[in-house]
Amino acid sequence: MRILVPVKRVVDYNVKVRVKADGSGIDTANVKMSMNPFDEIATEEAIRMKERGVASEIVAVSLGESRCQETLRTALAMGADRAILVETNVELQPLAVAKLLKAIVAREQPGLVIMGKQAIDDDSNQTAQMLAGLLGWPQATFASRIDIADGWATVQREIDEGLETLRVRLPAVISVDLRLNEPRYASLPNIMKAKKKPLEVLPPEALGVDPVPRLRYLRFEEPPKRKAGIKVSSVKELVERLKNEAGVL
Amino acid sequence: MTSEDQRLIAETARAFARERLAPFAAAWEKAGKIPEETLRELGRLGFLGMTVPPEWGGAGADHVSYALALMAIAGGDGATSTIVSVQNAPVNALLLRYGSEAQKRRWLVPLARGEIIGAFALTEPQAGSDAANLRTRAVRKGDRWVLDGAKQFITSGSIAKVCIVFAVTDPAAGKKGISAFLVPTDRPGYRVVRVEDKLGQKASDTCALAFEGLELEEDALLGREGEGYRIALSALEAGRIGIAAQSVGMAEAALEHAIAYARERVAFGKPILDHQAVAFRLAEAKARLEAARQLVLHAARLLDAGEPALEAACMAKLVASETAERVCSAAIQTLGGYGYLEDFPVARIWRDVRVCQIYEGTSDIQKLLIARHMGARL
Repeated sequence: MRILVPVKRVVDYNVKVRVKADGSGIDTANVKMSMNPFDEIATEEAIRMKERGVASEIVAVSLGESRCQETLRTALAMGADRAILVETNVELQPLAVAKLLKAIVAREQPGLVIMGKQAIDDDSNQTAQMLAGLLGWPQATFASRIDIADGWATVQREIDEGLETLRVRLPAVISVDLRLNEPRYASLPNIMKAKKKPLEVLPPEALGVDPVPRLRYLRFEEPPKRKAGIKVSSVKELVERLKNEAGVL
Repeated sequence: MTSEDQRLIAETARAFARERLAPFAAAWEKAGKIPEETLRELGRLGFLGMTVPPEWGGAGADHVSYALALMAIAGGDGATSTIVSVQNAPVNALLLRYGSEAQKRRWLVPLARGEIIGAFALTEPQAGSDAANLRTRAVRKGDRWVLDGAKQFITSGSIAKVCIVFAVTDPAAGKKGISAFLVPTDRPGYRVVRVEDKLGQKASDTCALAFEGLELEEDALLGREGEGYRIALSALEAGRIGIAAQSVGMAEAALEHAIAYARERVAFGKPILDHQAVAFRLAEAKARLEAARQLVLHAARLLDAGEPALEAACMAKLVASETAERVCSAAIQTLGGYGYLEDFPVARIWRDVRVCQIYEGTSDIQKLLIARHMGARL
């Protein structure tokens, strides 16, 4: 089985993001960029499937500017076999990404698409669902455990009430949650080998998709600063303040 | 500018240092030991054989990657970085250059894979930088060598499985009478006299060793008989670049702590980073540290290009180790009283970084070598 793993280049999770002075977006100049941590988990899961003999080939795919190649190299260094970059400087929104991925799926014929449940930059949490919809494939989102057998995936997912188990027939789209696994560090020998793995670069036109954005961002702003709390001397005072000042009781 | 693989290696090292080293460094210092599992994991990831080619079990990375990785590891834990540094150069570097096929198969492959740790024993109680003054003797007896003597300040002396030992084989021949031997540390006659109690880097074992009638086979000789002095000097570039990189990495970590603290700590109504005295101190530290960092990378690039790199490596080690101590001191000053407490890592880092001006040739020795490059007859 071939596995397709879409990976996104995002602002590193250690970076404190700042809104641009004119409110037009997030300042990404001179900011460290990394693979979306949820996608790292998806890549790790795909590699483990290959190590277990469930998968035969892992194809990592990224969409965006040329520097996404770095993110793909990371996936290759972790253990993906080859990579595809759909290169464009157009701002990509979830629907465009899902359409581009659908075209890649048509080319690559994977038995499974596995990806992060969301990216930590815009937190859209839409691409996997849209892709499954466009493909007409079953989907299982927020996976915290995946077992593959006899053409089916058994997926445990975290929901508010606890754990839910789904069975989906392959091919399917699975989006992964934080507790699925702990991604490995790429080893130095594998980083060196990744240089020689194939990385194909395509324009979106080659896939017959127009990625132009459908949504317009009006303004970005910092969340309001939290005011310092106060200490109360007794439960009685707490109740009183909740009732009279905060108005929540 | 760095290449994609250099960046990836540096990033992997930084992530490893942040997650697997830094949170435990203080505890390891107290315990005086780095867990074996941590060293094995470093080995599995390729950090203990960075510049060794893949056919000998290494990663086949260049010296720029090696320097960047060492900086990152040292930023996580200085003591760990010393073990990693010594293993890569001189130990692996010497085996790669002078080892026979059989010696490489037996020792270099497991060393480069990080399955075992190696040590380098040149210094003696009475002979450090004047290596020509060695007293450890190796005497030929039939088809064997018998080793007697003492070594001092040997990194990894108690955890190593193999130790490259320099000994006098022909006392009449001076520098040309020294030979290098690959000594398995489980041999009878290999004795760890003491694990030293040090100012810093306490989790890395620094040992006094004694050899007492230690018998070695003929094939324990590394390189040719009488070639030892040349062998000892030959890995100095990479070794010094390693120490210089460690210095930079430790100082960068201290500076990061200081900047983070200065942003948070409020005095006289604003974060102390907004007080010029603090801001300028940190700005100067950052600029000087960046200069040292570039000097280290420059030396590494020369070495990768096959250019003469000894003078650059000496300059990098001199400048980086001395700058690093000043930067760590500035970090302590920024934290004020808290900088002097063990609650913050800067005091430990300052202790750890101090030795970088001493081991692998003191600052004075670096100056001596730089001066000789000018033609000074010193």
